Amino acid sequence: MSALLDSRAARLLPDGEALVRHDAAVFDLRRRRDAAVAALPDFEALRAHAEAIKAHTLDHLDTYLERFESQASAAGARVHWAEDGVAHNRIVHELLEARGVRRVVKSKSMLTEECGLNPYLEAQGVEVVDTDLGERIVQLGGELPSHIVVPAVHRSRQEIGTLFHTHMGIPSGESDPVRLTEHARRDLRPRFLAAEAGITGVNFAIAETGSIVVCTNEGNADLGMGLPPLHIACMGIEKVIPTLADLATLLRLLARSATGQPITAYTSLVTGPRRGGELHIVIVDNGRSRLLASSAHRQALACIRCGACLNTCPVYRRAGGHAYGLAVAGPIGSVLAPALQSGDAARELPFASTLCGSCSAVCPVRIDLHDQLLVWRRTRARPRGIESGLYRLAAAVLARPALFRGAGRLLRIVWPLLSRHWLGNPARAWRVGRELPEHPGASFAARYRRLREAKR
Amino acid sequence: MDVALFIPCYVDQLAPSVGLATLRVLEHVGCRVHYDPRQTCCGQPFLNVGATREAARLARLYGACFEKAEAVVCPSASCVSTVRQRYAELDPGLESACARTFELGEFLVRELGRTELGSCFPHRVALLQSCHGLRELGLGHPSERVYATAPEPGVTESLLRAVEGLELAWPERPDECCGFGGAFSVKFPELSVRMGRDRLRALAATGAEYVTGSDMSCLLHLGSVARREGFGPRPIHLAEILASGLET
Repeated sequence: MSALLDSRAARLLPDGEALVRHDAAVFDLRRRRDAAVAALPDFEALRAHAEAIKAHTLDHLDTYLERFESQASAAGARVHWAEDGVAHNRIVHELLEARGVRRVVKSKSMLTEECGLNPYLEAQGVEVVDTDLGERIVQLGGELPSHIVVPAVHRSRQEIGTLFHTHMGIPSGESDPVRLTEHARRDLRPRFLAAEAGITGVNFAIAETGSIVVCTNEGNADLGMGLPPLHIACMGIEKVIPTLADLATLLRLLARSATGQPITAYTSLVTGPRRGGELHIVIVDNGRSRLLASSAHRQALACIRCGACLNTCPVYRRAGGHAYGLAVAGPIGSVLAPALQSGDAARELPFASTLCGSCSAVCPVRIDLHDQLLVWRRTRARPRGIESGLYRLAAAVLARPALFRGAGRLLRIVWPLLSRHWLGNPARAWRVGRELPEHPGASFAARYRRLREAKR
Repeated sequence: MDVALFIPCYVDQLAPSVGLATLRVLEHVGCRVHYDPRQTCCGQPFLNVGATREAARLARLYGACFEKAEAVVCPSASCVSTVRQRYAELDPGLESACARTFELGEFLVRELGRTELGSCFPHRVALLQSCHGLRELGLGHPSERVYATAPEPGVTESLLRAVEGLELAWPERPDECCGFGGAFSVKFPELSVRMGRDRLRALAATGAEYVTGSDMSCLLHLGSVARREGFGPRPIHLAEILASGLET
């Protein structure tokens, strides 16, 4: 049996205190979401409306992207198209190089994580500073974000204090969140002032106005867009929506689903460059058009990256985001992986779910996430080789009642063996932290027969 | 009413008492119960690992056993959910066989309109809401959803509330998954056990002697974790509680 999340033990959040804290911190976001959406009596109708907006947009994505490009260009922005992550990174680097930029501040963007922009730029000698506090913490720790909304949720206050002590020279032993934040702020301010370019993500792009919308709670994106003369905004093709009215609907859902806030502290609409500055918008495909072309998976592109499916996912909370080995973890990460990634992760992540369905039930745009995983299990991730042979054999037995009864009798005989520890025990996966139940003896079918015979 | 009993493979082999209890409850409410010994497995284990051809083979066997039944009743919510919600895409010809398959609790409450059966079970019992029963069959109210007005108690809860002497206890996070998930439990055993342990702690914290639910697979998983850990309430299926103290 393959066991991606388990075998990558180093990536699995260690059992014990860290795991308890992680589960509690992430589930707390789910609770806040519950409280926030319960205050909207029309919440379910709002979800249906948002789903319809996204479905309509994806059905006419080419039209809306072209409309967005022409409106954004008319407003003075330059729009660039990138087929994949490599092209995206090259475009960004060329823009920086042409202007002699060596220092960049970047606010949160899952797309740039997906494309590996930071390591690429650093290899070209460009200094990139992540300015979102959580992103800054994982950057200093040399890791990927473990959550799309709260990137450093896997870290304790104490660990963050130690990181800041090492990298910023703050006094050791600091673990007060407010003071840690003040230290980070003091460390970041001069970097903002020295930066020659700001890179941001994009939460929504409005086709009718050519505006981009950036949502943060720290205002770091606004500083990054406002101080340096060059602003580069990076977005996937699925970020475009038709109108400002659609934005109003989606904004009502985004922060409520993410953290239980009615709206993010800063929600900025940017239409064209600021006076004397330049705005470049890089629109990236990177495998998304493959999802768009697939009727089974198109709706996965409706995701607004609120993180609600991560917060509710009992598997994500017990594994930690790094176990997924991708920029986007959790249910939506496992749904996107087979389309956007190659290799083991793509084949194994669709199985990293109990199919409990809680992800689909919280999703503000009603993506049927657990059904999507099931579709991947029978297509890209379908069992092969020995595993598939075992399933064929098992089904051949179960399809013949007499064989099934015989297998049941055999199972009863070998049960005591399966219940013990020995190398090669086929029940060993079950016995990781569990005992087999006691075998109850005769089957229901046998007991039923006896019962009916006794009555006669 | 004539009722065909569907006792899924793992209940047949590993929890026959649940099948017997289901039979007893159905006869108690006046059903004429039939059991076709050709039945084996609904195919869910295959469907959930993407082995569609194998799943379809078992779905057709199910169809052959139950196509003439007026109603099929099964004490396993996730198997019922497989039959009702997944068969049509495996083989459109199976639609008629699958529409009339019910989980025991929903059959009693929704089809027969019965909640008071005369059962007696004088114990404190915690409820484990199995995910497929909860979110796919609607046997309760998922905590993710927003309801304009407070909904009526769910099917499983109503039945338990009507049991004499039974004291119902809700664990913290009333619908968190127990971590079984079929293939998940052996493909990712470490995570499955982490989830099971947490659920067990929450259930034990209610002070309940028993944990019950509409899916024996979840209960067997929790029981297996409990055997290793040496704590936790005893698993008992809903049917076994409903069959307790019945007079006829």
